[in-house]
Amino acid sequence: MIGTGILKGMAVTARNFVGSYFDKERLITVQYPEERDPLPENYRNFPFLVYDGDDPQAGLRCVACKICEKECPPQCIYIVKSEDKKPDYMGKPQFYPKIFDIDISVCMSCQICVEVCPFEAIKMDKEFELSRRERFDALLMRKNDLAKSNDYYRRISPTDAAEVDAKLTAAAEAAAKKKAAAPAAKSPTPPTSPAPTGAAS
Amino acid sequence: MPRGHDRMERRASRPSNESSIKARPCNHLPVADSDVAQRRGYNKRMTTAIETVEAMERPPVSMGSRLEGELLEVSMGPQHPSTHGVFRMNVALEGEIVRKLKPVFGYLHRNHEKIGENASYLASMPYTDRLDYFCSMTNNWAYALSVEKLAGIEVPERAEYLRVILAELTRLQNHASLLGFLLNDMGAWGTPLMYAFREREKILDLFESLSGSRMMCDYMRFGGCRVDTSPEWLARAKKIVDVFPRFVEELGQLIVGNEVVIARTQGVGKVSSGLAVSAGITGPMLRACGVNYDLRKVDGYGFYPRFKFRIPLGEHGDTYDRLMMRVLEMRESVEILKQAFDQIPAGPIVNPKVRIRAFRPPVGEAYGRIEAPKGELGFYLISDGGTNPYRYRVRPPSFINLTILEDMCLGHTVADVMVILGSIDIVMGEVDR
Amino acid sequence: MESLEQIKAQIEAAVPGARIDLVPNGSPSQQQSLQINNEHAREIATFLRDDPALRLDFCSNVTGVDWLDRVVKKTEKVKKVVDGEQKEVTETTEEKIPGYLEAVYHLYSMAHKQGPIIIRMRTADRAENACLPSLTPVWRSAEFQEREIFDLYGVQFEGHPDLRRILMWDEFEDHPMRKDYREPDDYEYEPTPHDDVLEKAKRHYASRPRSDGAEGITSQQ
Repeated sequence: MIGTGILKGMAVTARNFVGSYFDKERLITVQYPEERDPLPENYRNFPFLVYDGDDPQAGLRCVACKICEKECPPQCIYIVKSEDKKPDYMGKPQFYPKIFDIDISVCMSCQICVEVCPFEAIKMDKEFELSRRERFDALLMRKNDLAKSNDYYRRISPTDAAEVDAKLTAAAEAAAKKKAAAPAAKSPTPPTSPAPTGAAS
Repeated sequence: MPRGHDRMERRASRPSNESSIKARPCNHLPVADSDVAQRRGYNKRMTTAIETVEAMERPPVSMGSRLEGELLEVSMGPQHPSTHGVFRMNVALEGEIVRKLKPVFGYLHRNHEKIGENASYLASMPYTDRLDYFCSMTNNWAYALSVEKLAGIEVPERAEYLRVILAELTRLQNHASLLGFLLNDMGAWGTPLMYAFREREKILDLFESLSGSRMMCDYMRFGGCRVDTSPEWLARAKKIVDVFPRFVEELGQLIVGNEVVIARTQGVGKVSSGLAVSAGITGPMLRACGVNYDLRKVDGYGFYPRFKFRIPLGEHGDTYDRLMMRVLEMRESVEILKQAFDQIPAGPIVNPKVRIRAFRPPVGEAYGRIEAPKGELGFYLISDGGTNPYRYRVRPPSFINLTILEDMCLGHTVADVMVILGSIDIVMGEVDR
Repeated sequence: MESLEQIKAQIEAAVPGARIDLVPNGSPSQQQSLQINNEHAREIATFLRDDPALRLDFCSNVTGVDWLDRVVKKTEKVKKVVDGEQKEVTETTEEKIPGYLEAVYHLYSMAHKQGPIIIRMRTADRAENACLPSLTPVWRSAEFQEREIFDLYGVQFEGHPDLRRILMWDEFEDHPMRKDYREPDDYEYEPTPHDDVLEKAKRHYASRPRSDGAEGITSQQ
């Protein structure tokens, strides 16, 4: 009989409609912003700078090596190195960024900056409700907007933060061990050549 | 009877001061000599009330009085809900029949190839996501494959299996959205589209928990993949794939026997296999014409030779066959996925010899291609030994599949043009790059 | 699939007068190409498509490449007479290669499932003589791609059924993919330009009045 195909199609629609009252899988609307789906841990949006401890100035991990600026595909990072140095988490004096700007109207959240950073200083944030009223000034995130503490990073990405912490503490311990071993090696024999000192980070 | 017709009749019979207004002569109306046009009254153009009155008082135009050379040039798009992006077609219509069709595009041209020349090899990877923005995983794979061919990089086993899994998941969600969009264009007002998107959301959630982003995944790297999957992810993916055939059957019920779909798609937009091969058509569109050419079998890239799957082929090359191609390919993708989930080994995810920064392939060139859901996606790279490619070219399947749009649409009505365009499966990000 | 030398020999046998060179490819991809001369290009293409052994009926990819004037340094050992003795001396020769535009065709066979055979055609120079014969009458898939090469590189294809701009609008004047293309200075600069983009942005804003919040192009702390 003509129309059976259409009736079968209508049966599919009816099944989905009625089923959405009973089956959770068929009711797919999430009433945002009252209901929110939980974000997966790997979700990435724009980057942020990690600092250890409480003081963003003193604890910032970034050493202004400019690798992320170079590798960024749309070139949205702008870094100006400082003239002086400050000690990093291992006590070694490093440069720090005087200016660190990310233009999030240009950033495409590709996380290549995170991948190439050798110091675990820049990580991906999960904030996506970032609407602003102006296009340029308001979407330019400067260093104090970008600096967020390591506790924040542990909250948003527990497994990644745990890995990073483990790596950094292992590196710090290895450096400390090497430093402790070097003066011990110095004392028995008079130094004929300058003994290796300092952390090989 | 369309609703406006009654309104016009009532307005015509209303007493008004029409006698004081000189009615303009309407001898520029397009005349159609098909009986469809006669029945629908295309010789009555309802623009202003006066013209309408004038038109309705004229006797109906007979078949003999045909105005020579009076084709109506219409621009369909670029802002159009059914043209799959900013796509414009200049059609010359004789009534409702298409006599000439010229596609115009370039509205989304971002000169991706020049960006590729100015960016390093790694930096081009996120840009490839944005080519065919529905299928970012396969775009990434095609680019990674080309660079691996250029530099002679080997890929570990687990990475190849992951690539196959993600590519087939991409194919599933691409074909589902295509069917949803096509039914939407045919007038199903979004319901099948929402069913397709419901399934697509499950797959996109998988991509999000793996690579961090639903659509712009930036997942493949030269020599492997970026992030390893956890066993929970594989279990979740397996569950989704096990449930997917139910959706394919539901969609089949909506399409396969449906009289409206059959009437609108069978015999519409026929392509002969000779024309398809000559025009460089690839993908499901080519296989709908009966040509057995699927790069997964022909080239055997990745680990596709290890999986048992069939290639569906069509007979007539019309829109209905192209639709059915996608339905059948979804079933085959589910088969491949099931086998891949069983066979995936443990191991490293990326070749450790490949540098991420300052990656310099040897001087030379390479062309790598894969079977993307839309056709053959290829990347042609010429390297001069530096960190940036000398020439970076994308071979876009949607762009080349559009070559025969005019041939397919000639002689059909305007409504059929939308259906044909929907069945070619174009994405403007790829057409324009 | 026969080797490229054999195919070259077959083409030379079938199309008399054709000059074909093998272009080597140093990368591990092993994809060598044949450079064909422009006068016989269409006959060579027809032969490649119709030959029963090759049946290269699928032209997969047509690419344009822009080569600027190059200086190629070649070092080779040459036997020369120096101070009355025959010695092997390394000589560096500098070869000036003038620039040209190139069209590269990747050909596959759907009938025999083989390929790729890559052929290249070079123009005489990058200015007035940038024209090539169109292979659209042989493979229809070249139609849009040759139009794109015309649009983005400026290569005129003779015999193309409909040669006009495809991605840029019709009134546009330059050819964007050329290596010496200068972008028009008509866009907004984002707040984080650096290196040469910063110079361009400074010059741009020096000549224009301030507007719309983008004037602070260098970030101040």
